[in-house]
Amino acid sequence: MSSQMRQVMRRTALLVSGRAAWVTAHRGKIVEGDMKGASDWQTCTACKQSQRGLATGATGRAAVETNINSKMASRFGVVQQGPPIEVFALNKAFLDDTFENKVNLGVGAYRTEEGKPWVLPVVRQVERDMAANETLNHEYLPVLGLDSFSAAATKMLLGSNVAIDEGRAFGIQTLSGTGALRVGAEFLARQLGYKTFYFSQPTWENHRLLFLNAGFNDPREYRYWDQNKRGLDFDGMIADLKNAPENSVIILHACAHNPTGSDPTQEQWKEIANVMKEKKLFPFLDCAYQGFASGDLEKDAWASRFFVEQGFELFVAQSFAKNFGLYNERVGNLTVVMSSKEAIAPVKSQLTLLVRGMYSNPPNHGGRIVSTVLNDPKLFEEWKTCIKTMADRILLMRDSLRNKLLELKTPGTWDHITQQIGMFSYTGLTTKQVEHLVNVYHIYLLKSGRINMCGLTTKNVEYVAKAIHDAVTKFP
Amino acid sequence: MAAPRRVVSSGVLRTGQNVLSMAVRSSSWWSNVEMGPPDAILGVTEAYKKDTNTKKINLGVGAYRDDNGKPFVLPSVLEAEERLRQKNLDHEYAPIAGTAEFCKLSINLALGDGNEQVKNGLNATLQGISGTGSLRIGAAFLEKFFPGNKEVYLPTPSWGNHTPIFKHSGLNVKQYRYYDPKTCGFDFQGALQDIAKIPDKSIILFHACAHNPTGVDPKPEQWKEISAVVKKKNLFPFFDMAYQGFASGDVTRDAFAVREFVKDGHQIVLTQSYAKNMGLYGERAGAFTLIAGSKDEADRALSQLKILVRPMYSNPPIHGARIVTEILSDPALRQKWLKDVKLMADRIITVRSQLRENLKKEGSTRDWSHITDQIGMFCFTGMTPQQSERITKEFSVYLTKDGRISMAGVTSKNVEYLAHAIHQVTK
Repeated sequence: MSSQMRQVMRRTALLVSGRAAWVTAHRGKIVEGDMKGASDWQTCTACKQSQRGLATGATGRAAVETNINSKMASRFGVVQQGPPIEVFALNKAFLDDTFENKVNLGVGAYRTEEGKPWVLPVVRQVERDMAANETLNHEYLPVLGLDSFSAAATKMLLGSNVAIDEGRAFGIQTLSGTGALRVGAEFLARQLGYKTFYFSQPTWENHRLLFLNAGFNDPREYRYWDQNKRGLDFDGMIADLKNAPENSVIILHACAHNPTGSDPTQEQWKEIANVMKEKKLFPFLDCAYQGFASGDLEKDAWASRFFVEQGFELFVAQSFAKNFGLYNERVGNLTVVMSSKEAIAPVKSQLTLLVRGMYSNPPNHGGRIVSTVLNDPKLFEEWKTCIKTMADRILLMRDSLRNKLLELKTPGTWDHITQQIGMFSYTGLTTKQVEHLVNVYHIYLLKSGRINMCGLTTKNVEYVAKAIHDAVTKFP
Repeated sequence: MAAPRRVVSSGVLRTGQNVLSMAVRSSSWWSNVEMGPPDAILGVTEAYKKDTNTKKINLGVGAYRDDNGKPFVLPSVLEAEERLRQKNLDHEYAPIAGTAEFCKLSINLALGDGNEQVKNGLNATLQGISGTGSLRIGAAFLEKFFPGNKEVYLPTPSWGNHTPIFKHSGLNVKQYRYYDPKTCGFDFQGALQDIAKIPDKSIILFHACAHNPTGVDPKPEQWKEISAVVKKKNLFPFFDMAYQGFASGDVTRDAFAVREFVKDGHQIVLTQSYAKNMGLYGERAGAFTLIAGSKDEADRALSQLKILVRPMYSNPPIHGARIVTEILSDPALRQKWLKDVKLMADRIITVRSQLRENLKKEGSTRDWSHITDQIGMFCFTGMTPQQSERITKEFSVYLTKDGRISMAGVTSKNVEYLAHAIHQVTK
């Protein structure tokens, strides 16, 4: 509907007192309707409440009918439309777009050079073997999941670690990384009474609500991304951590920070650990990209292992969505490291109760696939090759994009694209520039300027570089 | 350490314990974590595993077993899995609410194909982590949005996990009479009386069929009366349907109560599980539905449900849901599945008869008619905690303290021994 029509409707609405009240309540928001005549509906696009009334002339006695009081009186009439979740709305917009050269740099899932999802060959093989294995069934897993899975997952993260040897580190199978974060957060809030948590500015958009829903009530940010430097605001981060009250839970990205791709150096991690030790802060590491960041499992686990070596008790939420390409099977592990093994039994029992009241036990299929691979030396090697394939392609795309931008002499610095690590890059593009990319070039990325490097291929990287060049020069 | 350990329930330590607690905490964050109570049901299986008696029987966990006491992968499920394998599907993220197809098939299974609610888009349906996860999302939604009295009334007794699920979600839990230990049957009058006393606009939970743990279901006429009282009191019905098809062998019959309430105009919420009726226990396939007053309202409710799912597990596991979709979307495969379900239900019904007959043969003079009157996987035998303990100790028959047995653990091969054991401890 044209804005002129909208203006007409708005003016008309003002003639009708009942409607006037409604318009007042929704002033400033665009009003749309389907203009079927006298009984047309209008919907406020912000809160989605609808109303309809007589079109013209009838002042004072308009019958205004809102769909809150629709004919079937419902308890849930008060429920408002929730805001769409940006990354999924973006993905939907991409899918709906018919433009031939559209590019999806939104959702964080790996894509091949052909722009297709990739089921790892080792995963396919294991699934085939599992299907042929008649001893397998669909019985319930234990509440804390497959032990063979968790032990292997924790070992993969911590390596040959004194904490494991001393029996004071364990893992529990969870619903991917999200599930590990949620179970861990619920435990910290409800069992240890922790209420304050810190997340990086910016961070994965789900962290905040996840911890709040888990029972924390004091969300705080620590500085992280420096828009001007296009890198880590280390001083800001340290300053904020130094101000954190004791027992604050600090969400740290173990590697390949999402969304910025900027990780602290080893020296910086050491300083972060020192401050956290001094201020008695609790580390909760979010490890969604082990192996995927650098291509090397050990390298990507450095920060997690360092914290354990420093004597911290901590949680690590591990996801196997990206590094195994098992996004929809929800495979995750919550690694728990404690200072002694005495409290392990009570802690496990409480985790058991938490899980039981949430989803009873984790899904079998994905956990079994990962367990099979991690526990078989040959399959494990094959898998490591797959990870390297994915990581290498990403590194290649980072190089390509940066080179193209340099060739085009695009204003600004672009070193951060190759300095950042993992799936994502915080390009530093402004909202206006992003809008330009989406609307004019059909290149889909988040408002924050985050791009998924996996969406780039040798075929589209030039197109994207040129588009960025255009956006940056048009809207400096 | 002399002082008793206490669970720290808030961030503030009680001053009296301050010094001690600080000393404790300097070594570990976890010292105040108390040992949680062992899970009653899982504890049974663990004890069973340790027992060396060759005649031992596990009647604890509610998972179906065939007549050899083995887990049963349904033939229709095997076929569905083979078909899926041929399709070489990827593992990309499912939508937050699961696939639309899975959701539609699920709610149509519950309400019947061509039902008015789905036709008019009145259902907000999402895939949940089996029954438990669907209950949790439903509970979270009600805690946040239910405009009435945020108390959930459960039948006495109910599945043990209902209470923690609702409590963890922030809802209060209360009871209404349900099981009559004198008759080992349904306390219809007691239920009606208690329901009539529930504060208006409270939430009332019903087991749609095959009540867990008692196996006692209201008769159709009784459901109708209950529906009327619920309407009069303006109570909000929450249906938990974990055994559709598994109870009587007939998916339509088992959905009677749900469909009756919907027909009567109640706006219900419903949880479904495919753990038992498709044997997909560990794959965690289930669904949650809210029936709304309009399509727009259903859309809004779904948007809010998604906002609850995302910070819990982001999106659901696909494998089990794909199997369900494969089966329900293909008429021929669906028919095979219905036969598989009937097979399971019939075996249970058969062993119920066999158990009752064998008790008679043993010379028991007690009334065991409830064994065949009750329906579904579980049977509330009427054994006291002491008798339950005895039967475990002396005969290696494993069950829960409340005298509940899982009929799925009974086979034609062990039913005589079981009858003998029951008779010995109850005569």
